[in-house]
Amino acid sequence: MEAFLFYFFFALAVGGAIGVVVSKSPVGSLLFMVTTLFAISGEFVLLEAHFLAAVQVIVYAGAIMVLFLFVIMLLNLGHEYQQDLKIGVFSVAWMAAVSVMAGLVGWGLRGDPGFAASPAGAQEIEAALAQYGAVGAIAQPLYTTYVVPFEITGILLLVAIVGALVLAKRNA
Amino acid sequence: MIEPTLALSAFLFIIGTFGVLVRRNAIIMFLCIELQLNAVNVAFVAFSNLWGIDGQVFVFFVMTVAAAEAAVGLAIIISIFRHYQTVDVGNFNLLKW
Repeated sequence: MEAFLFYFFFALAVGGAIGVVVSKSPVGSLLFMVTTLFAISGEFVLLEAHFLAAVQVIVYAGAIMVLFLFVIMLLNLGHEYQQDLKIGVFSVAWMAAVSVMAGLVGWGLRGDPGFAASPAGAQEIEAALAQYGAVGAIAQPLYTTYVVPFEITGILLLVAIVGALVLAKRNA
Repeated sequence: MIEPTLALSAFLFIIGTFGVLVRRNAIIMFLCIELQLNAVNVAFVAFSNLWGIDGQVFVFFVMTVAAAEAAVGLAIIISIFRHYQTVDVGNFNLLKW
């Protein structure tokens, strides 16, 4: 059952990603992207990242994609259905080269004992989940080991808000 | 489940990079960049099953940076649209030599 769900979400994520690239209308691309994000959220649940699965749906599929949709509708781009794919020799060659390289790296790593089933990290995560719960398991390192990056993230968000306001203001 | 998850991450990253290269609509290019960020998140979560929960904390930071990046990037796209009345990147050649 778990393996079936895993490959179902796998196919959904890859299919949605291809849809994002080939879809003619921007709104269609956006809906394919939401499909991909939901599928990735399903993968997160299967990988014992429950809190991240919830955040993926709320923040990514909920907030960021609505922001994109808002801009598409604000700029009135939903009606241009002309195909804007520009497939050149360079991009196809690049794609083939990277795919071959990724395949070779994956083939080399295949069966590596470091990727054995139920390794130390999974046990550590399960212990943290049992002790602190889904949110506490992330909050524990976030507010102790990573508290300085966390505060810097707050400054980053403040700068992003001010920057977005200054850039999008009508007559600066 | 770690090896197929890394394969998914690689697929999503390659598709996202391909999208950035072939699409001319600035918003779709931006969406493909988000796809690449998500591919990296998938890899982080897969590796957190090997080396502990730190990978999931990094995913948290990546999501925050992605939100900030989306806000600023879309603001830039809006201000470019006001200038050129289009979001086709073929028309933006001010910095091209």
